Amino acid sequence: MAIDKSALQPHPTSFKSQRRKWPPELSILLVLVGISLFFEALGWVVVGQSFLFNTERLTVMILQMSVVGIIAVGVTQVIITGGIDLSSGSVLAVAAMVSASLAQDQGYARAVFPSLTGLPIVWPIVAGLAVGVVCGVINGSLIALTAIPPFIATLGMMVSARGFAKWYTHGQPVSMLSDNYAWIGSGVIPVVIFLVVAAIFHVALGYTRYGKFTYAIGANRQAARVSGINVGRHLLIVYAIAGMLAGLAGVVTSARSITGQAGMGMGYELDAIAAAVIGGVSLAGGIGRITGTVIGVLILGVMTSGFTFIRIDAYYQEIVKGIIIVAAVVADQYRQRNRRG
Amino acid sequence: MSIADTVEADTPSPAARTDELLLEVFGVLKKFPGVVALDNVKFKLRRGTMHALMGENGAGKSTLMKIIAGVYVPDGGELRVKGQPLKLTGPLDALNHGIAMIHQELNLMAPMTVAENIWIGREPRRFGFVDHGELRRRTQALFDNLKIELDPQVKVGTLSIANRQMVEIAKAVSFESDVLIMDEPTSALTDHEVSHLFRIIRDLKSQGKGIVYITHKMNELFEIADEVSVFRDGKYIDTRLATEVTRDQIIQMMVGREITQMFPKEEVPIGEVVLKVDKLTVAGVFRDISFEVRAGEIFGLAGLVGSGRSNVAEAIFGVVPATSGSIAINGQAVTIDSPAAAMRHGMAFLTEDRKETGCFLTLDVLSNMDTAVLSQRRYSKGGFVQRAELERDCKTMANALKIKTPTLGETIQNLSGGNQQKALIGRWLLTQPKILILDEPTRGIDVGAKAEIHRLVSELAGKGVAVIMISSELPEVLGMSDRVMVMHEGRMTGIVERADADQVTIMDLASQ
Repeated sequence: MAIDKSALQPHPTSFKSQRRKWPPELSILLVLVGISLFFEALGWVVVGQSFLFNTERLTVMILQMSVVGIIAVGVTQVIITGGIDLSSGSVLAVAAMVSASLAQDQGYARAVFPSLTGLPIVWPIVAGLAVGVVCGVINGSLIALTAIPPFIATLGMMVSARGFAKWYTHGQPVSMLSDNYAWIGSGVIPVVIFLVVAAIFHVALGYTRYGKFTYAIGANRQAARVSGINVGRHLLIVYAIAGMLAGLAGVVTSARSITGQAGMGMGYELDAIAAAVIGGVSLAGGIGRITGTVIGVLILGVMTSGFTFIRIDAYYQEIVKGIIIVAAVVADQYRQRNRRG
Repeated sequence: MSIADTVEADTPSPAARTDELLLEVFGVLKKFPGVVALDNVKFKLRRGTMHALMGENGAGKSTLMKIIAGVYVPDGGELRVKGQPLKLTGPLDALNHGIAMIHQELNLMAPMTVAENIWIGREPRRFGFVDHGELRRRTQALFDNLKIELDPQVKVGTLSIANRQMVEIAKAVSFESDVLIMDEPTSALTDHEVSHLFRIIRDLKSQGKGIVYITHKMNELFEIADEVSVFRDGKYIDTRLATEVTRDQIIQMMVGREITQMFPKEEVPIGEVVLKVDKLTVAGVFRDISFEVRAGEIFGLAGLVGSGRSNVAEAIFGVVPATSGSIAINGQAVTIDSPAAAMRHGMAFLTEDRKETGCFLTLDVLSNMDTAVLSQRRYSKGGFVQRAELERDCKTMANALKIKTPTLGETIQNLSGGNQQKALIGRWLLTQPKILILDEPTRGIDVGAKAEIHRLVSELAGKGVAVIMISSELPEVLGMSDRVMVMHEGRMTGIVERADADQVTIMDLASQ
């Protein structure tokens, strides 16, 4: 005779702690695999070689995407709060300029600051991050203290920061950067930085009070406030972090190309937002994870790399990229509607 | 004074009532992740009648309504409209087949006018532009027919909840639907507004409409319903004529057990003054509110919707800080300029509107329960959430409150309203408050859960918590409170002791 063991337990616990059986990123991961296999097949047909089994191509692809990836980690957090950050590409440029100007070779006569050449690389890095934080704090203060929407606040920052980057050297590129500084952008260092940043904020969002509050504010700002969360202060922190990561991306970009240019990072904010959205981050706030964004970044990377590989014109790439972004959101909404019955 | 007394008895013309079935469903099955919401459910609606649906939270009433209104697609079963089998593809499809739903959570666009809201998507046009004159005339005609006194030109955002409800009803009627579905339409209405609504419903019945009505209020049922169907845990229990069933029988069918007492306020020793409010004012909203609440006391706040009851609670909790006056806790004057400050002084506040200021709808049950304790820096070390302890205590709380959910990881959106409410109460009880402010704690909650919440509140008072309870349901306020403060138009009109409090006294003060 079978005995119902659950009936014998003194305190039956009817609530299991597991969250979901399938991670919500599974479907988007399948899309990534699908797109990769698509290019693999086309590769053999069109070019006669493998797309995936080419370490060099994959390294270049991930390298190219790591800068957008670093920004996307910050942008993801902003979007989860129900906001948006349009300024990250421009903030990247300002940070790249400022950071590069403090990383020029010792004794370089036409340096931006001739007395500040040959500094230890910690200073340009700190300066780049600090510039990002300042921009982020300005964004955050505008959003927290005034009632203007994040779209407008960060749009203003996007325009002004780009202007600042141009003004900084009157449009001149900052070159002759030290070898030590260039190291930050060499080899797989940018990829390592991206993955470390992604890991840190994956943990922060999933396992800390900071993360809990970020989701709560995005899900229902009023309820978050009534529950005792200092919403203004928290938004300030989230935007400051997004700014800092854009600053970090600026440091990496200038180190990688061994120059600082005011036009750097143009349009990266949209790639970052696209990566987050493809990765399942809801623009309505309260939904999304860093793992999804990382997969979103990889999808964008595989598409760019794949189209180049099968020699499709860059114009077509952009057209298709736009379609994929919209398709991702449509698919996501459809999936969510189904899940809620 | 019951609702029945306030309504003149106008009998519906019996000619409108027929045996013609407007709507018939049977064998309906609906599953959600981890829950069977409806299991082999049937339901029939006759022309010219009102059919009430009763059941506890999670019994499946709202799910059934949403299937009839085309919001959900059932996983099995059949739906017939006027004898014709039908598969609805969406709410619009349901509307086109003469089925209109009036939602529990109102779905009107606040910045638009009443007329625009009613005719949205169907505006009368002239040369391709919206014909605003015709729009106003049509709305006025509709309102005249329903005896609703509202200006079609005002913005919906400026209307009270009750008036928005009227707009929703007018909108549903404007589709010339035969089937009107009302999901707890009276939950936010005063007695007077309820009697107005019932007049409208009687008119609609005499015009041959069929009305499906979800309610938790027993007296409403006997007043206007013709038939009653009872559901329990997603299953159909029985259908009876309203004239041939008693209140106790319905309760028994609903809960499967007998509920002995509805409002079990226990006599507990009343302690020291915990909260003292003196001449509290929020300019332009309410003024000069003064009262004291003692440990172990349940202090009721009564008054009509819009009298400023909720505003007083919001001021005490720092949601909208008071512009003048003072608050003292345990004899110490305190400044409360934010909810966080109120929480530091041991306060907790269950807000009136679950959807707007309570739930994090996209998050799971756990995240809905843990926010307040986390914002007090509890259950965290160096910024990291101590998940094991947190989940353990949330589970214990969820079990104690009998929250029905497959796991704490379930998105709260998938829970019934009553279970959402319990999760929110859990959020605040985890903070172990000394002062608990409850704004409409049992709105939209069935009899069983209501009694559970009443017992819980009473228990908390027994442990020395000072409770402030706002409720639109007078029997609840009277049954639970040691003292009742009554408000009218932002003024305090009196504080009544339990012994002296009855419905007449309070209604009298509430309309002074």
